[in-house]
Amino acid sequence: MFGILTPEAFIHGPIETGAQLIVVGGALSVVLLLTITKRWKWLWTEWLTSLDAKRIGIMYLILAGLMLARGGVDALMMRSQQAVAVGAGTGYLSPDHFAQVFTAHGVIMIFFVAMTFMFGLINCILPLQIGTRDVSFPLLNSISFWLTATGAVLVNLSLVVGAFAATGWLAYPPLSEIAYSPGVGVDYYIWALQISGIGTLLAAVNFIVTIIKERAPGMTLMRMPIFVWTVLGSMLLVLFAFPILTGTMTMLALDRVLGMHFFSTDLGGNAMMYVNLIWAWGHPEVYILILPAFGIFSEIVPVFSQKRLFGYTSMVVATMAIVLLSFGVWVHHFFTMGAGANVNAFFGIATMVIAIPTGVKVFNWIFTMFRGRIKYTVPMLWFMGFLFSFILGGMTGVLMSVPAVDFQLHNSLFLVAHFHNMVIGGVLFGYFCGFAYWFPKIFGFGLNEMLGKVSYWLWIVGFAMAFIPLYILGMMGMTRRLDFVDAASGYHPLLVLAAVGAGIIALGAAAQFICYAVSTFERKRHMDRTGDYWNGRTLEWSVPSPAPFYNFAHIPTVHGRDAWWTMKEKKQTHEAGYQDILLPKNSCVGLLIAGFSFLFGFGMVWHMWWLLPVSLIGIFVTIVVRSFADETEYVVPAHLVKATEQRHHK
Amino acid sequence: MKSRLLIPLSLGIIGFVVLLTVVAHGGQFPLLDPAGTIGLLERDLMVRTVFLMLIVVIPVFILIIFVGWFYRAENTKAKYTPNWENSAMEELIWWSVPLEIVLVLAALTWSSTHELDPMRALNHPKDPVVVEVVALPWKWLFIYPEQGIASVNEVAFPADAPIEFHITADAPMNSFWIPALGGQMYAMTGMSTSLHLIAPEPGDFAGRSANYSGEGFSQMTFTARALEDDDFENWVKDAKASGAALTPETYAVLAEPSDTGPVRYYGSVTMPFSAILNSFMSMPVMDHIEHH
Repeated sequence: MFGILTPEAFIHGPIETGAQLIVVGGALSVVLLLTITKRWKWLWTEWLTSLDAKRIGIMYLILAGLMLARGGVDALMMRSQQAVAVGAGTGYLSPDHFAQVFTAHGVIMIFFVAMTFMFGLINCILPLQIGTRDVSFPLLNSISFWLTATGAVLVNLSLVVGAFAATGWLAYPPLSEIAYSPGVGVDYYIWALQISGIGTLLAAVNFIVTIIKERAPGMTLMRMPIFVWTVLGSMLLVLFAFPILTGTMTMLALDRVLGMHFFSTDLGGNAMMYVNLIWAWGHPEVYILILPAFGIFSEIVPVFSQKRLFGYTSMVVATMAIVLLSFGVWVHHFFTMGAGANVNAFFGIATMVIAIPTGVKVFNWIFTMFRGRIKYTVPMLWFMGFLFSFILGGMTGVLMSVPAVDFQLHNSLFLVAHFHNMVIGGVLFGYFCGFAYWFPKIFGFGLNEMLGKVSYWLWIVGFAMAFIPLYILGMMGMTRRLDFVDAASGYHPLLVLAAVGAGIIALGAAAQFICYAVSTFERKRHMDRTGDYWNGRTLEWSVPSPAPFYNFAHIPTVHGRDAWWTMKEKKQTHEAGYQDILLPKNSCVGLLIAGFSFLFGFGMVWHMWWLLPVSLIGIFVTIVVRSFADETEYVVPAHLVKATEQRHHK
Repeated sequence: MKSRLLIPLSLGIIGFVVLLTVVAHGGQFPLLDPAGTIGLLERDLMVRTVFLMLIVVIPVFILIIFVGWFYRAENTKAKYTPNWENSAMEELIWWSVPLEIVLVLAALTWSSTHELDPMRALNHPKDPVVVEVVALPWKWLFIYPEQGIASVNEVAFPADAPIEFHITADAPMNSFWIPALGGQMYAMTGMSTSLHLIAPEPGDFAGRSANYSGEGFSQMTFTARALEDDDFENWVKDAKASGAALTPETYAVLAEPSDTGPVRYYGSVTMPFSAILNSFMSMPVMDHIEHH
C-alpha cells in the first residue's frame, strides 16, 4: 500500500526537522488564514481555476518569490557552512545534508525561480504587448502553471518526507544511479523535473502559437517588440531542448526503477552519454533564461533613454543567431572528459562565436542610451548593474571556452563565480528589472523608488562581495561543493568574506519584499491612473492598469514599431462603440491534472505502484470529460465592457 | 549626489578588503604561479586571452560610463536625437570588432588546444614515467606498472621527467587535478583517459578530486611529490619494502566506500589497471547464458 514509505522517512536530524516544521507550519498557517478570512471560494474562483493569463502570471510570480526564499536559504546555508568548516566534521551540516542543500539550491533556482519568474512575466505582459485578449490555449496555460507548481511541491515535500538528491543539480550518473544513491532523493529530483518539464514544454507550444497567430492587425513580425522576439526565441529553444531533458530523465528513471543500464557503470551503460544529453538540454536552457532578460532590457532602455531602440534589425538577427548557435556548444561543459583536440577546439570556437551577437546587443543598448535623456529609475539601475556583471561574466565565459584554459578552471569556484555572474547578474537582474518596470501594469500602482534603490544597492554590493572572492578562490585551486576546507589552504578568509556578501544579498532580497509591502500599503500615493506609468512605447501601456480582464476593449491596429508611441504621436483614437467579448470560462482541469500528476510522481518516488494506474486513469478521464464540454467560453456583454472602460478612464 | 559616491566607495572598500585578506594570509595561487610546465603554458594562454578580450572590454566599460553619465536626463545641454534608430556604419563596426577578436581567439584556441592536448605525449628527451590512477570512493590509488608497486593518496615521480597518467575510476565520476602542475582530467568507470604533466623542479603539490563524487568527496585529496631521481628510487624501494600486496582481495577491500584514510603503499601488484578497467565490461547475463 505505501511502497517503500515507512515512518522513518518522516524522522530527520535537528536541522532537517526545523525545515520540516517550517514547510508544514507555513502550509498550515496559509490554510488557517484562508479559513478564518473565509477566502476559500474567492481563491478558487478568482485564482486557482482562473484561465486569465494575467492571473496565471501573478501565480507564477508568487511561486517564484516563495522559491527564491527557499533557494536563498539554501545559499546561505552553503556559504555559512563553508565559512565555519575548517577541517573535516567542523561544520554544522553533514556531508550528505550539505550535498542535498547544494543540489536543491541549483534545481530550485533554475527550475522554480528563474523559469517560473520568466513565465510569470511572459504571462502578465506578452498578450498585452501583442494586442490580444488571451493566449491561444488558455486552459493549456493553466495546466502548464499547475504542473510547474507540482514540481515545486515535490521538491519541497522532500524536506518533510524522505530526502532530496545529494548529487549536484544535474545528477550525473553513476552517482545518481541506484548503486550509489539508493535513497529516494534522486527520484524526487527526476519526477519534479519531469512533471514541471512537461508544463514548460506545453507553455512553450502555447506561447509560440500565441505569438504567431494572435498578434493585433498590423503587427508584422518586424514590428513586434523585442521582448516578444526574445520570448519567441526562448520558447523555440524550449521546444527543442526540453524533450531531451524528458528523455534523459526517463532513461535515468528506467535505470533506477527497472534496473536498466542506460547510464550505469556495467552492462554497457555509459555515463558519458548522460553528460552529453543533459548538457544538450542544459546549454540551451541558459539561453532560454537569458533571452527574455535581453528582451526586457531592450524594452526598458528606450523607455528610460526616451529614445527609439537602436538597431532593431540587428537585435532580431542577434537573437535568432543565439537561438541557433546555442545548440552547438554543449561540449564546453566537459572539455575535461577526454574528447580529442579537434572536438574540444570546435566546441570552444563555437562558444566564442556566441559572444559576437551578444556583444552586438550590448553595443545596441549603449547606442540607444547615446544621445538620449537617461532617467535613472530602478529598472534602469538594474540594467546598469546587469551591464557590468554581464560583461565581466561574458569575459570569464569566453576565457573558459578556451579548452586548455578550462582544464585549469573547470569545476573550480572560478566557474561557480562565472555562472552566477550570468544567472544572477544577467537573468535575475533582468527579471527584477522587468518586474520593477511592469509592476504598475500588473498591480495598478508603482513601487517606492527609494526602497527599490536601497534594495538594488544592497544586491550590487552583496553580489560583488559574494562572488569576487570566488573568482580569487578559483585561482587558488579551490573546487566547488566542498563541505570543509583545510586551514593550510588559505581559503578560509575569503570564504568568510563571501558569506558576508551572501548575507548582504539576503538583506537586499528582504528590502525588496519590504518595498513591495510598503508600496502596497501606500499605494494611493502612486496609483497608475493613466495606464501609462513610464510614458511607454508598447501596447501594454495603452490599456488601464491593471489591465481589465478582457485586456483590450478594442483590439488595436498597429501602424509601426513602438505601436503605442506611434498612436500617441498620431493621437490615434479608437472607433466609437463597444462589442461583446468572448472569454474562456474558469476551469479546474489544470488543478485536477496537476493533482493526479502529483500522485503519479509521489507513487514513482515511493514505489506505490497502485497509484500509477489510478493517477493516469484520472488524467485520462479528466481530459475525456473536458473534451465533451461544449460551452467553454462566456460572453462579456458590450454594456459591461463600456461600464468597465468608463470606470477606468474616469 | 551622495548615493553616487556611496557605490564606488563601497565597491572599492570590498576590493581592498579582499586584497588585504588574501595577502595577509599568504594565499597560494597555483593557477597564476604554477610549478609545472603545462600549468605555465596554460597560465600564459589564460593571460593572453584576457588581454585580447580587454581590447574590447575596457573601451566598452569606458563608453558605458561616459554615455551613462553624459546623457543623463539632467544634462539638457547634451545632444538629444529621440528618433535616431539605426546607422549601417556603426552597426557594421560592432558586428565586425567582436568578429575580429573572435577570429584571433579562434586561431589561438585551435593551436593551443592541439598543443596542450592532455593526451599528447610531451616532447622531452627522457622516457615518461607511467602512473595509472584509479579514483575510488573516496581515495586515490596509484599503480606503477613498470615498478610493480602501488600507493594510495600519494603519487611520487621524478622531477624533470614527463609523467604519463592513465586515469579511470571504480566510483562515481571524479576529476584528477594537481592545480600547480596543470589541468585536470575526468576519472570514469570503464574508461581510460590520459594526462601528461611534468614538474621541472622537485616539490610537493596538492592534488584533489574536482568533480563531486559523494559523501567523502571533500576528503579526496592526495599529495603529488616530484622527487630527485635518487629520492624517487628510494621512494620506490620503500614502497616495495612495505610488504603489503595489491591483490584482487585487498583491492576489493580498498574499493569499498570509506573515509580517505592514511597514505598506503603496496610492494607488489597482482590487480592490474586493465583488470579494474575491464571489470565493467563483463556481461553477467551473457555469461549466464553461455554456462547453460
